[in-house]
Amino acid sequence: MRGRMERNDMDRPDDRRFLHLIHLDLPLLLGLMAVSGMGLVVLYSAGQQKPDLVLGQAIRLGLGFVVMLTLAQLPPRYFWFWSPWLYLAGIVLLLAVMVVGDISKGAQRWLDLGVVRFQPSEIMKLAVPMMMAWFFAEKLLPPRWPHLLGGALVTAIPFILIAEQPDLGTALVVGCAGASALFLAGLSWWLMAGLAGVLGAAIPLFWTFVMHDYQRQRVWTFLDPESDPLGAGYHIIQSKIAIGAGGIYGKGWLNGTQSHLDFLPEGSTDFIFAAFAEEFGLVGGGLLLTLYFFIIARSLYMAAYAPDTYGRLLAGSLTLIFFIYAFVNSGMVSGLLPVVGLPLPLFSYGGTSLVTIMAGFGILMSIYSHRRPRSR
Amino acid sequence: MNLSYYAKAPVDELKIRVGKNNAAESELFFRRALLVLFAVFLAFLAVAGRLVYLQVLNHDRFTTLADSNRIRLQPLTPTRGFIFDRNGVLLADNLASYHLEITREQVKDLDATLVELRERIVLTDADLERFRRLARRSTPYNGVPLRFQLTDEEIAKLAIDLYRLPGVDIKADLTRRYPLGTRAVHVLGYVGRIDENELRRIDPGQYSGSTHIGKIGVEQSYEDVLRGRTGWQQVETNAEGRPLRVLSRNPPTPGQNIYLSIDIRLQAVAEQVLEGYNGAIVALDPRNGEVLALASQPLYDPNPFVNGIDAVSYRKLNTSEDKPLLNRALRGMYPPGSTIKPLMALAGLDYGVVNRYSGVFCPGFYRLPGVDHKFRDWKRGGHGSVDMDRAIAQSCDVYFYDLALNIGIDRTHDFLDQFSMGRPTGIDLPGEKGGVVPSQAWKRKSYKQPWFAGDTLSAGIGQGYFLATPLQLAHAVATLSQRGIRFLPRVLHATEDPGTRVKTLESPRPAPPVAVKNLRSWDPVLNGMIHVVEGGTAHRIGIGAKYRIAGKTGTAQVFTLGQGEKYNAKQLSKNLLDHALFIAFAPVEDPRIAVAVIAEHGGGGSSTAAPLARKVMDAWLLDKYEEAAPADSSSKPEPQGLDAGSHGTE
Repeated sequence: MRGRMERNDMDRPDDRRFLHLIHLDLPLLLGLMAVSGMGLVVLYSAGQQKPDLVLGQAIRLGLGFVVMLTLAQLPPRYFWFWSPWLYLAGIVLLLAVMVVGDISKGAQRWLDLGVVRFQPSEIMKLAVPMMMAWFFAEKLLPPRWPHLLGGALVTAIPFILIAEQPDLGTALVVGCAGASALFLAGLSWWLMAGLAGVLGAAIPLFWTFVMHDYQRQRVWTFLDPESDPLGAGYHIIQSKIAIGAGGIYGKGWLNGTQSHLDFLPEGSTDFIFAAFAEEFGLVGGGLLLTLYFFIIARSLYMAAYAPDTYGRLLAGSLTLIFFIYAFVNSGMVSGLLPVVGLPLPLFSYGGTSLVTIMAGFGILMSIYSHRRPRSR
Repeated sequence: MNLSYYAKAPVDELKIRVGKNNAAESELFFRRALLVLFAVFLAFLAVAGRLVYLQVLNHDRFTTLADSNRIRLQPLTPTRGFIFDRNGVLLADNLASYHLEITREQVKDLDATLVELRERIVLTDADLERFRRLARRSTPYNGVPLRFQLTDEEIAKLAIDLYRLPGVDIKADLTRRYPLGTRAVHVLGYVGRIDENELRRIDPGQYSGSTHIGKIGVEQSYEDVLRGRTGWQQVETNAEGRPLRVLSRNPPTPGQNIYLSIDIRLQAVAEQVLEGYNGAIVALDPRNGEVLALASQPLYDPNPFVNGIDAVSYRKLNTSEDKPLLNRALRGMYPPGSTIKPLMALAGLDYGVVNRYSGVFCPGFYRLPGVDHKFRDWKRGGHGSVDMDRAIAQSCDVYFYDLALNIGIDRTHDFLDQFSMGRPTGIDLPGEKGGVVPSQAWKRKSYKQPWFAGDTLSAGIGQGYFLATPLQLAHAVATLSQRGIRFLPRVLHATEDPGTRVKTLESPRPAPPVAVKNLRSWDPVLNGMIHVVEGGTAHRIGIGAKYRIAGKTGTAQVFTLGQGEKYNAKQLSKNLLDHALFIAFAPVEDPRIAVAVIAEHGGGGSSTAAPLARKVMDAWLLDKYEEAAPADSSSKPEPQGLDAGSHGTE
């Protein structure tokens, strides 16, 4: 109680500044812009120095920032009101994808609405945190096991639908969003242990019945990359060479040979971190990880200052989605984690996920900046 | 500034109702968020640690890998299987050839390089245009072909100066070759450069390093067999990307050789006797469905297609009125005319509409009750009284008008469907058409019109909406010869492992047999077909035959005569002349070949088509290959034949 009151007292003078009037958070904004700017510089080099590529990415980033700015203006009660509806719509669209979706590269993810093609799983990255927060906002916390069951169900349904498409990366993101909401809601350690037990038992079943051959192959390839040098193993081998050859200070911008001579596949998209680490070395890699950590720390701080449970859980869960992207991608590219197709946030070229991530930060800023000013 | 965010928020009321304690929950969240932040820190620390491991501790090793020993993975393209005829005569092989390739990344000044090359070898505008087109679609560090099939002299000229031209390479490859040129082109098809549509469809791993794919014919339908499996090798390259040595190698699996059921000698006979006409000849072995010859005239040479035919030649082929690129045997749809009559007779017997002795009086025309219109017989004076045997042998139209009316169109459709009429036979060649056996439902759907009795009469003699491919007719007569036992037509005879030379023979693929209630129904139909050759409309081809033939002539109308008009072959321009058709099998006692012949605008079936079929059967049954070839000059249109002045179906 004591600590809480003290933190409330620390309401910033920036509450009254211009940026706060338009509901933006300066430290977070600076962090995001720093990473995006670095990303554009690296992309120019990693993308074979094609200006079109950088321009396209800049436009996409601009769109992302506009979405963020727009969402930040909406009071959080809008999100609260729309949470269950967005979630339901997302589930319906996921089912629709199953029936009539387009298949590309062996996975059924896209829904063609005539004008636009989009991935309903993208909606779920926002809808699952919103729904989890909505669900626990009116429950007594820490949650008891019936509520735990409800929360688990809210996460498990989209998780299974997305994993079935199959899109393991997005399923992982959605699953982690749900799990982090549960954790932040204060789930007791005993219940967590129980949940871990259930999931542990489910993994063998998941392996046998849900995972597709190419996903199993990816796990095997991770354990023994040399076994498939023509496929995924080739990515990891070349990506490790690129990072390792970078050394402490890197080879310098535009001097990375691995990506320029096309040894590094997907060098401007999923594997851009390797191209970056080759040219900017441990120093650059360390700086990027620090920036990511700063963004996450600032976001969690903002979440802690949200005035109610809905805002706190939603903000915290959105933060962890960002973390999962950054961690899984950097871990994958450096050979620490299996190959899961997740982009490096704000860095990788393209990807609809960029806009989703920026939308998440917009919601976060809305929650933080719409607090009622408290006076002592 | 009033940021009264919870002024209207329903959450507040809920909190009161459930009895939530926001401060306590906030405290709980804060503790958990701290734990999360710590976990995030540990996770990033792990990644940072990994970076230290790769970039500091193993830096030297990876630098070596990246700089001095660049490893490239090269796909190893498998050798495409050869194609032989059933006796092992080579129909398609691969020729070692050299082409000139340019890797743009390594070229300093592309235009200057092209000028230098032009001084040494012939580079046409078409070459340059193709180079630019291919270059647009590939990355700068991949080689793009500039000139194919360099001569030895050109290679020698280039080799001297190659060291001064970085990025210019002479590459060896294998080019598909069809040594017999136009022969059997409609069976073989050809390979060509992979186009953008195919690029989307194929497995990029399997086709990495491949430039060609089967486009049509056997080359397309047996692409997977002929292709083999791509292998790969890891090569160490120097800083410029030139291979230094091979590190490891996973050899490709070469494609299988294919033996076709085609006998190229018979194919040559079929193509030669048909010369001068547009049309098709299909010869099947009725005992197993093997295609012995599948000729479609005119022919074209597949070889120019392999490395991309030039636009002018292609336009010429594509816009020619004779449509040489059309495989008429599979895709040409013709009114079957009187060749359908044996099947109609069988349908009549099976449905119990007639028996073999039922008679009809033919006055030379047929009239529907209450209608003025006269449906004419091809023979103006009529055939008089005819039974089934005579009706088939003399091809009496009136008999079959009456029969078709009694069976009805829908039952006709259902019966002929058993012979694969109106749907593809399922041959192992791409692009086969299904033809049309009309029915009431079909006409309603296609024309939005009701069915008229007159339509039934036309269908009864294979005219009107009726359409069939030469392959369907050959399949139908083969089925007749086997009394309903059917096999899917196929051109694949055997596959062969190119290493061990072990042949795997294909087994016949049976199709559902034609179910006839009384097996004796076949006898009058087959006897009628024997009498077509022995005293009937095709009696002239029976003269001097060393084996007995059963057949049926047909003449398909290309245009319709007005009421009371008279067909006069001499007054008609060639492309309005009737199509000549003939179907046959032989020997009658033990059928070993079934043939269908269609000569477009050939005039009469008996005068034009039947002699061609006889030559094909002679070649196959009597091994008379040599004489058949030059003898075709005698088979030009002969309007003075037995039924030349007649009209309609004979």
